[in-house]
Amino acid sequence: MSGFPSTLSLVVAQTRYQLLTFARIPVSVFFTLGLPLVMLVLFNALFGDGTFEMADGGEMSAQQFYTGGLAAFTAVSATFTNLANMLPIRRDEGVLKRWRGTPLPTWIYLAGFVVSAVLIAVVGVILMLTLGVVVYDLEIEPAKMPAAVVTFLVGVAAFASLGMALAAVVKSASSASAAANAIILPLAFVSNIFIQVDNAPAWITTIGDIFPLKHFAEAFQDCFTPFVAAPAFDWPSLGYVALWGVAGLLVALKFFTWEPSGSSPRGRRSRRSATAAAAD
Amino acid sequence: MTVIQVEDLHKHYGEVRAVDGLSFAVAPGEVYALLGENGAGKSTAVEILEGYRVPTSGRVTVLGADPSSAGRAFRDRVGIVLQSSGVEAEFSVREVIDLYGGCYRNPRPLDEVVEMVGLGEKVDARVGSLSGGQRRRVDLALGIVGRPELLFLDEPTTGFDPSARRRSWDLVEALGDDGTTVLLTTHYLDEAEHLADRVGVLSRGRLIAEGTPEQLINEVSGTVVSFMLPDSVRPDDAAATFGDLLGVSIRLSGRLVEASIEHPTAAVHRITGWALDAGVELQSLSVSRVSLEDVYLTLTDGVADVSGAHEEQP
Repeated sequence: MSGFPSTLSLVVAQTRYQLLTFARIPVSVFFTLGLPLVMLVLFNALFGDGTFEMADGGEMSAQQFYTGGLAAFTAVSATFTNLANMLPIRRDEGVLKRWRGTPLPTWIYLAGFVVSAVLIAVVGVILMLTLGVVVYDLEIEPAKMPAAVVTFLVGVAAFASLGMALAAVVKSASSASAAANAIILPLAFVSNIFIQVDNAPAWITTIGDIFPLKHFAEAFQDCFTPFVAAPAFDWPSLGYVALWGVAGLLVALKFFTWEPSGSSPRGRRSRRSATAAAAD
Repeated sequence: MTVIQVEDLHKHYGEVRAVDGLSFAVAPGEVYALLGENGAGKSTAVEILEGYRVPTSGRVTVLGADPSSAGRAFRDRVGIVLQSSGVEAEFSVREVIDLYGGCYRNPRPLDEVVEMVGLGEKVDARVGSLSGGQRRRVDLALGIVGRPELLFLDEPTTGFDPSARRRSWDLVEALGDDGTTVLLTTHYLDEAEHLADRVGVLSRGRLIAEGTPEQLINEVSGTVVSFMLPDSVRPDDAAATFGDLLGVSIRLSGRLVEASIEHPTAAVHRITGWALDAGVELQSLSVSRVSLEDVYLTLTDGVADVSGAHEEQP
């Protein structure tokens, strides 16, 4: 008897399948890749002439600010938001359960999800940076690119874990989608992505400091501003983002389920009816 | 050597005993049907055998392994058609068969699979555009694409039109002829009667009868006499009137009077004599061989009585 297909070929097949799924759902393509580009164009048209005062006294043009931050936001949309949306949908459809009954190792199924999300993030970030370079005077300094790549990888890994964690904690597909957006959009406002909040009330700064989005966005922005010298590694921020990622992974491993949300409360439902029967 | 061996299996959810002391065995190449109404514990039992659920207690061996901890090699040898589970709606039939088939050691070729399940014309249609019955055939296709030695079919033909149902039966028969072991759950009695080598009747989480369809039918004595209740007899009096005449207890469902009778000739003579004397026409009078449905109704009636008595003595 011939052996199983190689792990590599299975991961490739699963990644390809998730990318095809993504491409065939126009809504996700628009929200993940299109919307951040639209935001970049809009923010620059509205506020692009301004400058931001930096904490160290320097000035940063709004154009440089938006591209780096929105590129980070795209990476987060492609990983965190995308996974927190799609995994619960697949679970509710019973697709996860079906895969679990096949000889495909479950980690390879999830790997296909994560690798495809990272590839979508790569495409989104490259699109964003290209638009930034071509239209908004974004400077790419080769000496900072290793830092950009490492920051990107730490960020997508952490936010993919956090997306899985949310998918694990929130059981139904509709709630998970709402929760993902309810988390990420307000956070983006306090995390130096849509607006610079250094002069904001302290509580806003504090919220931004607690969650990993601001740390990731700033670390990534640093790789594209002239004020930060090469190599522009922001290790404390990266460490903090990675810590969140590890926490997310632990939550995901602890709470992740393969069964549709309608079927897992079966035990609860039966217990309820049992209690009702006992009360009769 | 058995393919499935279940001994004193229990699965409890709180107070509810979904599976309550189930034991049965399935031999290689056998088509075994678990028959039972909704809530009898069929799906819970099958999902334990598939490895999706962990039993509360009892021993389960499937293809020589414990399904709850069995790995990839085990999954390669079984095919699973769940009662309800989605398929990626964004993909065509061809794409999902390729995708799922690609995970098995020795998958069936696409053409063979679509031919077997009768989806040839729909092979390039998106799964999302298919009808319910066609999607069910996709489920079947994904269940057999890995050339399973053991196929689980959890209510495979629910929602099928009669012709699709016949075609699925043909498929299961062909698989059985090829030596595939099939564990089928169904609440269609004709399906069990048609397909199964052996039937286990499941009620309240345990087997209340087991055997070939013929054995089960023979166990419940031979013939069913039925007719519509005449207007001159009140439903409340039906049991007394016809029970005495026929010499056995009757079942009344709506206006249909039914009785299972071992030696029907004399009973039919008495009932028709009564009707002639009373001057009534016995509408839809029939004398027929017992079907599995009659067996099932007889068996489950008994169980309801027994467990009702059981509940009064906690």
